[in-house]
Amino acid sequence: MRIIVPIKQVPNTNDVKIDPKTGTLIREGVDSIVNPEDLNAIEAALELRERLGGEVIALSMGPPQAADALKEVVAMGADEAYLLTDRALAGADTLATAYCLSRAITKLGDFDLIVCGRQAIDGDTAQVGPQMAEFLKVPQVTYACKLDVVEDSVVVERHLEDGFETVKARMPALVTVMREANRPRYPSMAGIRRACTEDVVHRWVATDFDAEPWRIGFDGSPTWVKRTFTPPPKAPGKRLEGTPRDVAKDLLKTFTEKNLL
Amino acid sequence: MELTPEQEMVRKSVRKFALEVVEPRAKEIDETCEFPWDTVKKMGEMGLMGICFPPEYGGAGLDTVSYAIAVEEISRVCGSTGITLAAHVSLGAHPIFAFGTEEQKRKYLVPLAKGEWIGAFGLTEPNAGSDAAGTETTAVKDGDSYVLNGTKIFITSASVAQVCIATAVTEKGKGTRGISAFLVEKGTPGFSVGTKEKKLGLHGADTSEIVFEDCRIPKENLLGREGEGFHIFMNALDGGRISIGAMALGIAQGALDACVKYSKERKQFGRRIADFQAVQWMIADMATEIACSRHLVYHSARLKDRGQRTTLESAMCKLFAGETAMRVTTKAIQIHGGYGYMRDYPVERYFRDAKLTEIGEGTSEIQRLVIARELLR
Repeated sequence: MRIIVPIKQVPNTNDVKIDPKTGTLIREGVDSIVNPEDLNAIEAALELRERLGGEVIALSMGPPQAADALKEVVAMGADEAYLLTDRALAGADTLATAYCLSRAITKLGDFDLIVCGRQAIDGDTAQVGPQMAEFLKVPQVTYACKLDVVEDSVVVERHLEDGFETVKARMPALVTVMREANRPRYPSMAGIRRACTEDVVHRWVATDFDAEPWRIGFDGSPTWVKRTFTPPPKAPGKRLEGTPRDVAKDLLKTFTEKNLL
Repeated sequence: MELTPEQEMVRKSVRKFALEVVEPRAKEIDETCEFPWDTVKKMGEMGLMGICFPPEYGGAGLDTVSYAIAVEEISRVCGSTGITLAAHVSLGAHPIFAFGTEEQKRKYLVPLAKGEWIGAFGLTEPNAGSDAAGTETTAVKDGDSYVLNGTKIFITSASVAQVCIATAVTEKGKGTRGISAFLVEKGTPGFSVGTKEKKLGLHGADTSEIVFEDCRIPKENLLGREGEGFHIFMNALDGGRISIGAMALGIAQGALDACVKYSKERKQFGRRIADFQAVQWMIADMATEIACSRHLVYHSARLKDRGQRTTLESAMCKLFAGETAMRVTTKAIQIHGGYGYMRDYPVERYFRDAKLTEIGEGTSEIQRLVIARELLR
C-alpha cells in the first residue's frame, strides 16, 4: 500500500482572538498545530500500513515553518514528507492548493490511497480533498468515520447528517476522514529523534512538481475574499422563572407583545 | 533557557499526552491507590520508558534533558506517574545500561526500555537508609550461584517490577567495598514482595517491601563486578537525583498553574484574589523559585549529556527543586484557602506528593552533605 496524506499547518484556533476593530485574526503568539482531522488521516493511514505493509507519505503546502507540522507526523510514524514551499505558491485558494498538491502527488508516482482530513479548522471549506480527487481523476469518498481496504477497494463508512452510508470504491481513491474515525497516536520519542535528526522533509518549489505558473498562487486563485467580519454577538436570551403556569403566562405575553401570535 | 527543536517537540508531545491521558486518572489513582497499568503501558508505547537509552537496546536515543522534560511534564499533572517513570528509567534500567554485560543488556534492558517490563532498585533497608553503607542483606557465593538473604523497604515499583536490582554484602568487614549489585527476576524462588506501604502521597505509585529468603540467583546476574555495588548505586543516584529534581519541578509548576488559574477566578471583597498584593507576591516567589529549579535541573542534565560527573549538580538540583516544590505547594494551598485543604482541588495532592522529593533518593540533609563534601574535599 502506498498511502499519501496531505496535511495543513493551521493556527490553533482555540487560542485565536479576533481584533474587534479590524475583524481579522490576531495570529501573534498563537501556536501552529497540525490540523486536527489531518492527524486522524495520518492515524488511519498508519493503521492500514501496519496491517497491510507499505508506506505513508505526508505532503503539505505552506511557508517554510510548515516543515514543523510534517516533522510532527513523521514523529507519529509517517515514512517520508514533502513540503511544497515557494513564494510563487503564496495566496492560493482551495483550487490552486488542490492543483499543486495533485501535481505533486502525480510527481510522486503511483499510489493506492490518499487520505485527507475532512476540513481545516481555519477555513472550514472541506474543498481541497474533493478537488484533488477531481484533478487526479480518482473516486472520492468523503466524511469517513471508518475505512478498510478489501482486495483492490476501499470500503468506507460515511457519517452523514441523517445516518450512515457504506461505500466501496476501487483504488486508487481519495478518502476524507472525520474526527470520529480514530484516536490519533502521540508522536513517539524515537519518532521525534528521527524527525529532528534526519533530513526527513523534502522541500519542493513549484518547478519541482511541474506546476503551470498561471494555475498557482494568487494568480491561479479565482476566489476573492471581499470582506471578513465577525457576526455581531447575539443578544442574550431571557430566562423565564416561576411556576409552569407563570412561565407559560409570561411566554404568551412576550409572544403577543412581539406579534408572534 | 533555549531548548533544541527535539527537546521542544518532546515537551509538546509529552504535555499533550499528560493532559489527555495522565491527568484524567491522577485524582482517581490518588484516591484508590491503584497502579495505573494502562497509563504505564501507553508510556511504553510512546517510548518514554526507554527515552534516553540507545535504539539498539530498545530505547529512543534522546538526551537527558529530554528525559528530564518528560518527567517534569508528567509530574506536572501526576506525581505518582512521574515517579514511576523516573524510578524505572534512572534506577531500574540505567544501572544495567551503565554496568551490565552485553548479555544482561539484551535480556533485561531491552524489555525495560521498550516498556514491556518495569524495573526497580532495592537499596534501602530497615537499618540502612541514608547510611546505605550499613546494608545488611547478604549474598553468599555457592558454586555457580549467589544466595541472597535480607529485606529491602520503601522500594518504588517493587510489586509491579519484573526485574529488580538489589544491593547485598558479598564481603563482610570491607564496608562499602564489600557491597555488590544483583539482578533478581520476579518469580525467582525465595524472592517475594512484602507489605505494600501506605504513604502520605504518591498513592498511584507502588512502594513495597522486598524479601529475600535463600533466594538463589545465577552468578551471571551479578551486575558489574563483585564489590562494585556501592559505586553502581552512587552512580545511579547521580542520574536519579536529576529525575527527582525534574519531578519536583513538575509538581511545583503544576501547583503554580493551578494558583494562577484559581486566583483569577476566585473573588473576595468584590475583586479577584489575583488583584491582592499578598497573592501576587506569593505567585511571584513561586514562579521565581521554579525558574531557578528548572535552570538547575536542565543544567545538570546537560552536564550528564556531555559525559561529565554530576554528583555536585545532581545533589544541588534535587535539593533546591525538592525544597522549592514543598514551599510552592504549601503556598498553593494557602492561595486556595479552605478549598485548597479539600480534595476537590489538586493542590492538596501536589502538597502531599511534593514531600517525597525532599526525602527519596537521599534526604535534603544528605544532599547538603554531598554538596559540602564535593566542595570541601
